[in-house]
Amino acid sequence: MSNEFYRLRVNGVDHEVRDAWAGESLLYVLRERLGLPGTKGACEQGECGSCTVIMDGEAVCSCLVMAATAVEADIVTVEGLAVDGEPTDVQQSFVDAGGVQCGFCTPGLIVAVHHLLDRNPSPSDLEIKEAISGNICRCTGYGRIFEAVRQARDARAANKG
Amino acid sequence: MSITNATTIDEALAALAVNPKARVIQGGTDLMVEVNFNRTTIDSVVSLRRVAELRRWHVDDDAHTLRIGAGVPYAEMERPPLCDHAPALAEAARTVGSPQIRAAGSLGGNLGTCSPAGDGLPVLSALDAVVHLRSQSASRDVSVHDFMVGVKRNVRRADELIVAVTVPLVTGFQGYAKVGTRNAMVISAASACLVHDAVAGTVRLALGAVAPTVVRARGAEAWLASQTSLVGTPMVSEALAREFGARAAAECSPIDDHRSTAEYRRHAISVLAQRLLLRAATGSATALRGIRQ
Repeated sequence: MSNEFYRLRVNGVDHEVRDAWAGESLLYVLRERLGLPGTKGACEQGECGSCTVIMDGEAVCSCLVMAATAVEADIVTVEGLAVDGEPTDVQQSFVDAGGVQCGFCTPGLIVAVHHLLDRNPSPSDLEIKEAISGNICRCTGYGRIFEAVRQARDARAANKG
Repeated sequence: MSITNATTIDEALAALAVNPKARVIQGGTDLMVEVNFNRTTIDSVVSLRRVAELRRWHVDDDAHTLRIGAGVPYAEMERPPLCDHAPALAEAARTVGSPQIRAAGSLGGNLGTCSPAGDGLPVLSALDAVVHLRSQSASRDVSVHDFMVGVKRNVRRADELIVAVTVPLVTGFQGYAKVGTRNAMVISAASACLVHDAVAGTVRLALGAVAPTVVRARGAEAWLASQTSLVGTPMVSEALAREFGARAAAECSPIDDHRSTAEYRRHAISVLAQRLLLRAATGSATALRGIRQ
């Protein structure tokens, strides 16, 4: 494969990545080449979860994806969750429950929680803990984050019922 | 640097035959850390992410074996239906990194990297797994015990791919336990996998992160078999389990490093081995309780 350019499909839009070093992480390409800085980078070794994106239906650390191998993949970042610029139910529940302090971990958590609730609409507390165990927050102590997830879960159940 | 995004095993092997120096990437959870921190110079990469053949697994009912493609992610091993066929593998899978890491990491990656702390490796060792390797010109099967030869060293040749592993379906308890500095998102300071074959009457115990490779506690296994019948549910007293743990600990050769100390690791192995044997004797439910997803 020529490395002069490759295509990535992000949030439903095809992007051409040109003149990039082939070893760049998806995190780097999203932020520095495609102008999508919502995905945050911190540890660059899969420990912190702040770079979480959805790739082909799975939540993954974008820092550990070699971007040039993600051709043909369907990638969703935090920017791709909102519809018509309105916050999603999960984003709103984080605001309502006070689950955001410095905010650096928030985009990764929002993506991870969407992935959880889309697969499992009624997670138990243990399942919530396990689902976000790869997303490190150093401010909140997690109490209000768990509360935000419960609120989003319960609101979805109420809307369905 | 060039990248081959293979879609078949043959395509990947052709790329490796042309350039055996190429690095192989599956989930990226090991290699990308090296890349991100400039710890490696890479000339070319063969990516297996899109090779569907490596993501398959199947049960052979006649041979009583389970064959798992090298690219099957840990996330799939911890969920039904795959978790039912190899419960210890499911338990080990659930302790790997975070959900994000488990969506990407695979047994092929664990074997390829061959860290003694790889969580899948004690399970493969305790199950006497066979590793299937393929190059453009030949295929070969290697016992997992012969595959691992040192810290991050294995017998894969540069033009070969790890394509799958085969493990037996065993009747009886099997479990995995590990110790680290926290419950989630942790690399093992010490780990152990115990497999009880209730039909053959054997117990096999593999130890992780306490020697240059994952090792089997064959002395402790043989001693246990000499003390009690292992056909059906074994009769195990607390004292017997404690002695089993002490013998297992004596068989490892741990080191002091940034994750733990040799002394602590040896102690941890004695506790893990004892605990797993008591679970085998009491038929305790696995650690997968409470999880539906």
